[in-house]
Amino acid sequence: MSLSPCLTATAIDIKKSDKHLVKNVSIDVAQGELIGLIGPNGAGKSTLLAALAGVDDPSAGTIYLGDEAIKDIPIKERATRIGWLEQLGTVHWPVSVERLIMLGRIPHLPSWGKPRQEDIDAVEHAITVADCQSIRHQIVTTLSGGERSRVLLARALAAEPTLLFADEPVSALDLGHQLQTMQLLRDFACGNRAAVVVLHDLSLAARYCDRLYLMNNGEITAHGEIAAVLSHENLEKVYGVSVISGCEQVPWIVPLERLTDER
Amino acid sequence: MTYQRCLLLLAALVFVLSLISLCLGQTWIDLRQVFTLPFTDPDATTAVIIREIRLPRTLIAVVVGMSLGLSGAAMQGLLQNPLASPGLVGSASGAALGAVTALYFFSGVWHPQTVPLAGMVGALITTALVYLMAGRDATVSTLILAGVAINALAAAGLSLLLNLAPSPFAVRELVLWTLGDLSDRSLDDLWLMLPCTLAGWALLLGTGRSLDALTLGERTATSMGINTYWISWRIFIAVSLCVGAAVATTGMIGFIGLVIPHLLRPAAKQQPGKLLPLSALGGAAMLLSADIGVRLIDLYTHLPVPLKVGVLTALVGAPFFLALILKSRHNYLR
Repeated sequence: MSLSPCLTATAIDIKKSDKHLVKNVSIDVAQGELIGLIGPNGAGKSTLLAALAGVDDPSAGTIYLGDEAIKDIPIKERATRIGWLEQLGTVHWPVSVERLIMLGRIPHLPSWGKPRQEDIDAVEHAITVADCQSIRHQIVTTLSGGERSRVLLARALAAEPTLLFADEPVSALDLGHQLQTMQLLRDFACGNRAAVVVLHDLSLAARYCDRLYLMNNGEITAHGEIAAVLSHENLEKVYGVSVISGCEQVPWIVPLERLTDER
Repeated sequence: MTYQRCLLLLAALVFVLSLISLCLGQTWIDLRQVFTLPFTDPDATTAVIIREIRLPRTLIAVVVGMSLGLSGAAMQGLLQNPLASPGLVGSASGAALGAVTALYFFSGVWHPQTVPLAGMVGALITTALVYLMAGRDATVSTLILAGVAINALAAAGLSLLLNLAPSPFAVRELVLWTLGDLSDRSLDDLWLMLPCTLAGWALLLGTGRSLDALTLGERTATSMGINTYWISWRIFIAVSLCVGAAVATTGMIGFIGLVIPHLLRPAAKQQPGKLLPLSALGGAAMLLSADIGVRLIDLYTHLPVPLKVGVLTALVGAPFFLALILKSRHNYLR
């Protein structure tokens, strides 16, 4: 696999009011990679992801997309290259699923005029891969949480970004759609594309991701190969739980019990 | 009904209502005369009525109605909230306070630009105050509370001016002015309000796609290449400009900015961008209808004082709005 850099973030610091949410974090993503970002609640994963996607400005540090500094890219062009799937994304008007997914094309649309054939094709593709075909005519605000998160993923995919940041895209999904979404992200991250995904399910992270970053208290505690990051020692230290794990057909990790003396 | 057909239908409705508005009054003027008399016999009384009374009244109704409908749709889209309206965020009452202040203090040193200009400044100040109070991620309740507070402040200002008014005649003039009226307006009034109004419309033009993106919330819209900070200010300033100019010319005409976007949102398939032109036309149609209604009431009931159009839109609009909310409350009262 040729690993030309897709995203290089160096020494990212993020402070909000007086909280130091992300401390000196460096992350790199190569083309074709699916990167998992894991860690307990409040570790700073979402905050980091939003900064990497250019939605928020970091307090310090540099983010390069390829060899361009992300802050030098006009935001409209940035939006055609980077997709960001918000955690618990909301939809404010009762629009239909199709129309909502079409919103994903906004970065590509000319200032005036109708969607072109390529926009319609991109939307159709997104509807198909995100398994929204059966609900495409329904009203988004009437959907279940899991259905809505599939629709919002389709919205992000319709923009055809080369780099996708997905914040807990599978948390609300049933087992079947968890696998379907992870496979979708796995398939997405090929060629010149890459994805960074925040996950809480470590088994899915171990099974689908190329590399992992484990965050705790705003810092990267471990990163690199799956097995090294998901060592029992790391997980005990960061999550404060003992785990059992194994690999029969697929890797699995199950939390056993809380360790009371840690954290 | 498709979006384009709805747009055409509304445009046709505005056209027909404009024609009726030109014909209807103390005397019914034949449609043929409306179009020929001002050219064939410009000095005839009827021609003067058409030119000096009916035409300004009709055009101002169209322009003000469009401003109110458009502003309401833009505000609702921006705040992703169906209860937002130019009136709620205080720009209308601010404009009224500004204009009445100008009427009160500067009616002696009359300059025709003073009143609309003061109205516009008043609208800008109150809008900015509500915006700062409610914050950008305003919830329904903070928005309403901030609006209520600012509206109360503007009402207090109005009361103060009424209290201090030197004569009963001045009080009456100030009160009647705030009710919202389209009669006795001249083409000069129209020319005066047009620059601010057109500036406001121009700013709103092309915000549709950003409003569509805001369907997904502010942060996702940012990730989609929308500068939400700039869009917020652009719309707030635009609304202040065109609502300020409208209120400064006609007084407060309520409920159009609230009811019309609500009514037409299904026709726009819930898309805030497509709702903008629909609401503009819908606002014009509603204000023309209300003004025609006021004239019909005047013709057939012989009230001692003519009914003001703002009173009629509020009388009809408020129960209508309540009915709309009750009908669709499963969408909004979550």
